[in-house]
Formats: sequence, C-alpha cells, structure tokens
Amino acid sequence: MIAARPLRWVGRLRPSGKVGLALVLLWALVALLGPLFAPYSIGAFIDQSVFSRPSAQMPLGSDYLGRDVLSRLLSGARYTVGLGAGATIIACTIGTSLALTSAVGRRVFDEAMSRFMDAFTSIPSKILALVMVAAFGSSLGLLLLVTALTYVPGNYRIARSLAVNLNQMDFVQVARARGEPIAYIAVREILPNMIHPLLADLGLRFVFIVLLLSALSFLGLGVQPPNADLGSLVRENMSGIAEGAPAVLVPALAIASLTIGVNLLIDALKGKAGA
Amino acid sequence: MTIDGTSAHVSVEGLRIEVPGADGRSIVIVDDVSFAIPRGEVLALIGESGSGKTTIALSLMGYCRPGARIAAGRVRVGEEEITRLDGERLRALRGRRIAYVAQNAGASFNPSRKLMDQVVEPALSHGLLTREAAEAKAVDLFRGLGLPEPETIGWRYPHQLSGGQLQRLMAAMALLTGPELVILDEPTTALDVTTQIGVLQAFRDTVRKLGTTAVYVSHDLAVVAQMADRVVVLNGGRIREAGAVREIVDTPRDDYTRTLMAAARPAERSDSSKRETPVPLLRVDSVWAGYGGVDRTGQPNIPVLRDISLTLQRGEMLGVIGESGSGKSTLARVIAGLLPASRGEVRLDGGPLPPGLRGRTKEMFGRIQMVFQNADTALNPAHSIRDILARPLAFFHGVTGRAADAEIAKLLDQIRLPKTILSRRAPELSGGQKQRVNLARALAARPDVILCDEVTSALDTIVGAAIIDLLAELRRDLGLAMMFISHDISTVRSICDEIMVLYLGDVAHQGPRAAFETAPWHPYTDLLIRSVPEMRIGWLDDAGGADSLPPVAARSSADLCRFLDRCACRQAGLCDTHFPIRRTLPAGDTVLCHLDALRLGEAAEDYSTA
Repeated sequence: MIAARPLRWVGRLRPSGKVGLALVLLWALVALLGPLFAPYSIGAFIDQSVFSRPSAQMPLGSDYLGRDVLSRLLSGARYTVGLGAGATIIACTIGTSLALTSAVGRRVFDEAMSRFMDAFTSIPSKILALVMVAAFGSSLGLLLLVTALTYVPGNYRIARSLAVNLNQMDFVQVARARGEPIAYIAVREILPNMIHPLLADLGLRFVFIVLLLSALSFLGLGVQPPNADLGSLVRENMSGIAEGAPAVLVPALAIASLTIGVNLLIDALKGKAGA
Repeated sequence: MTIDGTSAHVSVEGLRIEVPGADGRSIVIVDDVSFAIPRGEVLALIGESGSGKTTIALSLMGYCRPGARIAAGRVRVGEEEITRLDGERLRALRGRRIAYVAQNAGASFNPSRKLMDQVVEPALSHGLLTREAAEAKAVDLFRGLGLPEPETIGWRYPHQLSGGQLQRLMAAMALLTGPELVILDEPTTALDVTTQIGVLQAFRDTVRKLGTTAVYVSHDLAVVAQMADRVVVLNGGRIREAGAVREIVDTPRDDYTRTLMAAARPAERSDSSKRETPVPLLRVDSVWAGYGGVDRTGQPNIPVLRDISLTLQRGEMLGVIGESGSGKSTLARVIAGLLPASRGEVRLDGGPLPPGLRGRTKEMFGRIQMVFQNADTALNPAHSIRDILARPLAFFHGVTGRAADAEIAKLLDQIRLPKTILSRRAPELSGGQKQRVNLARALAARPDVILCDEVTSALDTIVGAAIIDLLAELRRDLGLAMMFISHDISTVRSICDEIMVLYLGDVAHQGPRAAFETAPWHPYTDLLIRSVPEMRIGWLDDAGGADSLPPVAARSSADLCRFLDRCACRQAGLCDTHFPIRRTLPAGDTVLCHLDALRLGEAAEDYSTA
C-alpha cells in the first residue's frame, strides 16, 4: 500500500516532469556513487596529450593536464549537487522561517528583519564570499555557509510577500479567532499554502547557487584542487573551447542537465497542485 | 403559448453542451434546451448554480468555457446561425451585435484604466464609431442609466465608484454598440437591495427604450418577475418549465419552480428557543470601534461603530442588518476579539472579555465562534475536511483519535453531509457543502454563541434557504445563541427574535421582531423593507426609491444623523442641525430619529400609497 503510493505520484507527473525526475535521480546517484565507478583517481595524470578525443581508455577524453575527464566528472558532481542542494535547503529554511515569523509575529520584528535583509542584499555576494574565504580559508563548510547566506534575503523576500498575503485570508482569521498560537498559524495554516510557489523559488535558488559555486571556483575560491566541482571543471578546461574538447563541453552539459532537471521536476509538481 | 421558432429574433433548438469527464467520457451539462425570443422581449433563464443557465447564455455568443463544446442543436440570432460560424465571424459579432454584462462589474473592469477608455473600447475595436462620437453616445447612456454626473463620471477609475455604479457602466459599455441582443448575467446579485432597485429600473427602462432583445440570467424569481417577459426555469441543464412570466409566477406547474418560489419567500418561524436569564449570555455595552491609527482621545481614525449596545440571551437569535459598509461584520469582529473596541466593553456571562485576542482564555475563545461569510476563503484549501473539523476538537477539548472520529461523525450528521467528504479538500466541495463544513467547524468548539456573518449571501436561494433551516434547527436542538448578520431583511424578519438595523455604524433601529412587522419604523428600515423585490409583476413600477434626493447642506458642523442624505422624511431645521435622539416606539423598539411614532407611521403610510 505505502510502497505503491510514491509510484502513483510519479505516474501522475506530466512527461516533462518525468524527464526532470529522471535527471534529478541520475545526478543524485552520480553524487552518491560516482567515485566508486570512477576508473581513475581524481588527480591522476593518465595521458601525455591534453584535450585528447574520447577513446576506449578514456571515454570522455583527457583534460588540460591529461587527467581523465570521466573520473573527474564522476568525482566532482558530488560537490556541485551536495553543496548546491545543501546550501539551497539551508537558505530556504532560514529565509522561509524568518519570513513566516515576520508575517504572523509582531510588526517590530517584521520591520527590523526586513530592513536587515535589505541591507544584507546590498552586499555583493562574490565580494562577501571573497572576504569570508580570505578571512577563514576555503573549506567545504565555509562554502556551504557563504552560498546559503547569500541567498537567504531573496528567499525571505518572496516567502514574506506570500505569507503576508495568506495572513490576511479568512482561514487565518478563523484560526486567530480560535486563539491558536502563532506557531500553529505559521506552520499549519500558512506554510502548506505557499509550498508550491516556494518550490519554484527553490529551483531558481538552486540554479543560482550552482552558478555562484562555479563563479567562486573560477576565481579560485571554491572547491580546491585536485578536487573540483562541475563549475571548476568548466573553468580549468576553458582553453579547450576552441578545439571543442569534451573536457569543457561535458561538464557544461552536466550543469545544464542538472539545473534543467530540477526545474522541470518542480514545475511539474506545481502543475499537479493546480490541476 | 409557443412562438414560431423561425419568426423569433433568437431561437435555440435542441441545444446540448458537453464537457469531458475524468474518465474520458463526456458529461452532458446542458441537454435538449429549446426556446425562442421575439424581438425586443426579455427572456429570463432561472435556476440555481450548476443548472447551466450561464452556460446557455454564453452559448448564444457561440462561446463555451474552456473544455466545453456544443455537441448538438442550433442557436440562431437574427439571420446568423451562431453554431455554424467560425472564430473570425464570431469575433465580429461579439460585443457588437451581441453584448454581455457580467455578474461582478467590480472585477470586470481594469482597475488601472479610466472607465471611459474601457466603455468605448468595443465600439472602437469594431470600428463602429469615432472616439468623439463614442464618448458622446456613452455620456447619453450614462444619463439614461441614471448615473450621477454623466459628463465626467467616465474620467474616473473603477475604484472611485460604487458597485451599483460600475454595474450601470458595464451596461453602458454593452449597449454602446447598439447590440440587438444583450445578455445580463446576474447583474445585481452582488449588490445591496437598496442599490439593486435603482439598477434594475435603469436596466429595464434602457433596454425597453432601445428595443433590445435581452436574456436575463438570475437565480432570484422575484427579480425576474420584474425584468422578464418570459421565463425558462432550468435545473440540472434541462428545462423544467417555460412560459410567460405571469404564468410562471401566478400558476407555476412544475415542482421545482414551486421550490424556487418557496425558497425566495422565507417561511415565518415562531419557535423561539430564547431562555431569559438575569445576566444575559452576551452583552455589548456602548462599544465604539474602527480601523486605522488611534488619535489622542483613543478613538480610531476611521471610526466604524458608534455606541453599539446589545444583549443576547441563551437560545436567542439576533438579526443584524444593514448595507455593505454599515459595520455589521465589524461588530462580529469586535465580539470575537479580532478588532479591539476603542471604547465600551463586551461581557460574556457577566464577566468582561478582554478587548483583543490577547488575554482571552481558551474557554472564552471556545464559547464564542464566528462563521465567516465566504466559505471559499474561510476553509484552508490545504487541509482535508477531517483536519478542519478535528482541529477545534483537539484544541479546545483535547478530543483526539477514536473519540474525535465519533464526534466528527456526529457533526456531519448534524450538518447533513456524508462521511465520504472527510478525505476531500475544501475546493472539491460545492458552495453549500463548504458553508456547512464552515458551520460544523464552529460547532466542533461546542460554543454558546455563534456569530454568523452573512453565511447565506454567497449562496443560491435554495441552498441558502437550506442553510437557514439548518441554523434554526441547530439553535432549537443545541440551545445556541446566534447573531445572524445579513443584508436581507426578509430572511432576518422570518427567523430572528430580535433585530438590529445598522446604518454607517449607528444603530438606527433595534427591537423585537414583532416591531418590524408593521410601521412605525425608522425611515431606513422602511427603505430596506421597500427595496426587497416582491414576487409580484409590476412591483418595480410601484416601488419608488430610485429618485435620488437633493443633497443636504449641513447647517451646523455638529454631528448629524448619518441617514440624513437619503432620508425621505427629514425635517429642515431639525434633522440638519441636531443629532437625533434615541426614542422608544410603542412596540418596544427604539429608533435613532427626530420623528416620533406618529410621524414615522405617517411617513411609511405616505410611501405605500404613493
């Protein structure tokens, strides 16, 4: 019975949603198990020639230092997927919780929090990341924190405007007139009604965070060598673009398929609720 | 009496409209509908929601809602076979030869554009008139429809006008192109009765003068009796009865038509369950309340309620009545604690209630329950009906698990809904079902007082009448005290023990039901009672009221009677200089008026013979 339920949910998705779900599952698997299947170690120099064409030995060719692109891709995906998903979830959890508190709580808190978020938005994200990395040194934990914090204000803004509108609805007034505590109103009455727009926002934030991670890697502030996230793979193989080397195209395609997959899935979930 | 289908201006034959169902088979929503309208006559389509009346009306323009399609039959307007036209030819017809006036004019106008731009749009887009000619014609129509300041009203924005005025502007927009057929889709349902009467008169006179054929869609037989020449009664997408309006109103043959008529005339209920105790269950003492910030004296910037007092005994039903903006809902919100009173207090069983939500105990919350007007928005769309009903049980009484299931089953019994709805969500229910669940949620708290805020206003006559029956029954069985807020004085007079008439936040008239059966009464009560359409042909011609009184120049800056501008029996030198006094009339009711019982009685007399 219970096992059948998720399958029925999948069956109801529209085709684009199924494609999205397949892509997301694929990347989740790669992130989890990728390194186990990687033919070579991530930092191993395999080939004398750089940007070589695909061969039986190296299905995706070699990169700018003659390392195996497939191995680097399989090992690097976990940084992008893990950091991206982790930071997105942290950003949206913090942003949405604060937004709900602002909407149902006291005016003073709302005013203070909204102005603080406005101020926070005005700090350029890359400069902030630069300062943080300069101060504390690059680590995965710090990257997670910096990328998450950067996207809290955006999520807060959207979640707050949704929650403030819902807070005016009659069913919330009914709950208030019943004397419900504000935590119940926020979590049980308001949150379920904003989950779908928030999911769309989550998909968008995920894309932004993957891009920010790539940008940080580009500046050399991201995941440190010999490890590399998908963004760093693109950046370090930039010089192969003129030759159309798989070393630069495949990671770029990987980022695209991941972000498109996430958004297709989320859009399909939204459509299901609307029907 | 039948009309020859070929000579009539509009004829519909064997119309069938289908929508695709969930399992791929199509569902017939309109079946075998045929009627004909001679040129210049008004045909009414009447029925409750889901009867297919709007669907049929829209099919006259060759339009079906997305998904629906005309499966069989033909529709002819003039020379045009509507059912055979393609999209291009239909577009040329719509808004030009066939025009549509929607139910909610407030939502149909674009709030960011001036009204004139929108009113002349159909005429311009069909290339019928120049901008100047269209504007001149629009101003003529505004005048004909009785709009104030016809020359300049078009240069305002929708939010600056009232609902009744917007509805007239919408009619002007429809009539501007000189259409041969106008479809009016419940054009007065969203209006107050006092506003409705003027709009109905304006519509009828204009349509008559222009000789336009019209289709009037409504669920209110009393309104239809004023507007239509012939009537088609619909139920479940089929014609139940059709004929001239006089036949239908005077000698209805079909059972369903009789049900409709019965629902429109609420039956008197004498069974009061009121039990007087020395300390009333609920007492409101000189309450003032309003919105916006608070000034130095502690009064709100936008005052709504002024000096309201009332008592509610166990088992009593108090009717609160007034037009929109009279403060009826605000009064309920003050009692429920959603809006703290700025002055005065509310007492429950003699003990004062804290003005706002803060400080009220769970027991106080549980004993006073408010049922909101609009069940569509009052039920959380993300929760199942079971969740909605279980929450107050768990919250107030700690009832969960099997005991809660048993109590929910009992509640469903009381509100007459099947158990199968428990797993559904609110958007999947019909309007009447939602309102029942809304009521059941209040009952689940096991309250002493229920505040019903316009619980039947958004419902059809028949569904609304069933809800009122249910309320009366619950009051009798459970001994509940109820405050029944409504804008419909005939309903209030039929079920309430006590009645309170609010006008712009003042208690204009207050007293036992018996006092509201015959004059003397407050001039505003008089206006409300006279505005309720009667099931009698020619009532609209007899009813005055639409002629607006000249505005009054206040002679003093002092606070005056708020009804002054609309009062037909105001006295110069008295009403425009002093605030009225509260006086007690012989029947035990009190009015806020300068006139005494004798003169109020005479005033009401004058009107009924005029």
